[in-house]
Amino acid sequence: MNKDIILKVDNLRTYFNTDDGVVKAVDGVSFELSKGETLGIVGESGSGKSVSNLSVMNLIPSPPGKIMGGTVTFDGRNIFDLNEEELRNIRGGKIGMIFQDPMTSLNPFLRISTQMIETIVLHKKVSKDDARKRAIEMLELVGIPKAEKRVDDYPHQFSGGMRQRVMIAMALSCDPEILIADEPTSALDVTIQAQILELIQDLSKKLGTAVIMITHDLGVVAGMCDNVNVMYAGRVVEKGTNDEIFADPKHPYTRGLIKSVPRLDRPKQKKLYSIEGQPPNVIDLPECCPFYPRCEHAMDKCKTSYPPAVKLDGSREVSCWLYEEKTSGK
Amino acid sequence: MENKNTLLEVKDLKMHFPIEEGVIIRKKVGYIRAVDGIEFELGEGETLGLVGESGCGKSTTARCVAQLHKPTEGSVLLEGKDLCTASKDDLLKARMNMQMVFQDPYASLNPRMTAGNIIAEPLQIFRQRGVINLGTKEIVEKVEMLMEKVGLSRFFRNRYPHEFSGGQRQRIGVARALALDPKIILADEPVSALDVSIQSQILNLLADFQREMNLSYLFIAHDLAVIQHISDRIAVMYLGKIMETSDSQELYKNPLHPYTEALLSAVPIPDPEIERARKRIILTGDVPSPDTERHSCYFYDRCPKRMDKCAKAVPSLEDVGGGHKVACFLHHDRTE
Repeated sequence: MNKDIILKVDNLRTYFNTDDGVVKAVDGVSFELSKGETLGIVGESGSGKSVSNLSVMNLIPSPPGKIMGGTVTFDGRNIFDLNEEELRNIRGGKIGMIFQDPMTSLNPFLRISTQMIETIVLHKKVSKDDARKRAIEMLELVGIPKAEKRVDDYPHQFSGGMRQRVMIAMALSCDPEILIADEPTSALDVTIQAQILELIQDLSKKLGTAVIMITHDLGVVAGMCDNVNVMYAGRVVEKGTNDEIFADPKHPYTRGLIKSVPRLDRPKQKKLYSIEGQPPNVIDLPECCPFYPRCEHAMDKCKTSYPPAVKLDGSREVSCWLYEEKTSGK
Repeated sequence: MENKNTLLEVKDLKMHFPIEEGVIIRKKVGYIRAVDGIEFELGEGETLGLVGESGCGKSTTARCVAQLHKPTEGSVLLEGKDLCTASKDDLLKARMNMQMVFQDPYASLNPRMTAGNIIAEPLQIFRQRGVINLGTKEIVEKVEMLMEKVGLSRFFRNRYPHEFSGGQRQRIGVARALALDPKIILADEPVSALDVSIQSQILNLLADFQREMNLSYLFIAHDLAVIQHISDRIAVMYLGKIMETSDSQELYKNPLHPYTEALLSAVPIPDPEIERARKRIILTGDVPSPDTERHSCYFYDRCPKRMDKCAKAVPSLEDVGGGHKVACFLHHDRTE
């Protein structure tokens, strides 16, 4: 699996200092992204999926946030060693981003053309006219009808789905190597969601862009991704290929999560499976498995130390004491 | 299922919001047809699911049923009594039997009231109006009982909403709705703002109460999998019209309306093998604005199976057998 790794995140830790204590939003996250791969990051709210990807772009507001440790290697260099100008070349240039709410991430006062041309001129070093041509070309690519006219519209003149298309066009206009999509369809209706997901999938294949897909929707992951990372309370609890994770989830949390989604393709169950309890508060979390109060298989060991990541067959990795015992027993 | 006692009957309900223009002299320049002539029934102990995309009028329907909006036309019959023309006193009594649970557990609880006071508020109001006769002590007891019932410790009574997580807040919302022992709960996207693991807890909670207290739910959601799980019958809405309604199993197995088909095929299923094999019907375009009066099928602009006929008349909601009703000319021909 070691072919062409373009992004390597190693033991990333991002903490936030708050009045109530230190929030360990991301606490030791590692993953790799290969060329052309679609990586899904799933987790519930507060699990650190967005923060870990903002950290990758070094976009964490500081203070209160602080990157406490770890490295993000992109293009052979650690992102945290770069200066502001080098970072600017990467943000929006080599790594593009799409956010959940397209209305708040577009400037309502500026025409789409102004916003797109600005990005293209900055990163591609072309003339304004060429940048405009490129902007129209990109809008056509994402399926906006009458792109030549609409490029001069303001964001409010587009519908939600169309706005998200504009965002995608903007993110891809500088041929990025990586596209980070942070809940790109959560604010959209299902029929529009299907359109946008298909668009991202098509374009990433056509342009060879690697995609990091951050979502809470397991269905979206199942349909789009090659590999999946499951996050809980700031850590990756399970990693594997898409098929492995859904066919045979190893971590009790992953298993619970997959079972608790009502499914259209299955006959109706009387009662839904549910993970009891509340997600943990990540402030001053003691050294333990954060899932143990909700876990069916909780053992004494889980209360005192965090399980290390165990490599199972294939590309699987699980952080759970259940599997530690098996390997040490061998 | 038709033999169940009908509790709620909605007939030809229309809700048109005026669009006004002008600074000093306001002029009506048109209407947003949020709900444009729908009808449905809700039986005792039954769950009717309303699905549709944003802007299709699901929430407006619930608000019209609760008389939070006075409908432009049509009637809402609760146990045979029309609420649209009911007197204030009758309406008050009717509302005792009809309570709401809202989508956003952050916005629907007063941040300055404690959990106990929030749950007690409906009881207090109805006591002040002289509808129910409960002492202060009895109210406290009832609140504590309700809290335990929805899975909150009664010691949380004096805590404020910000001290609870999203799932716990929604439990407070459910407890408040149950406080008056209503017969109908209008649940407007009660689980949409919650995480998957919390969502299943709340769905189970609602199902338990239904069994225990023989409640009827009008359950609104945009998530089809959730709707299928909780509902006995489903009505699919589009642009203020019901497109198709049927028994929930039947609807998923045998969707007839092209819109229902597209909607079902668009829902992602958490299984990579199924996802790869599925054929999606991807609808083009967006939902049109509901500000014009339509003389064609409401779905005409986006329908992949449209015919000439569809541009000329609005198909009515017709029974095609077994209580499965559909508003589409494709299927009307078949029965003729």
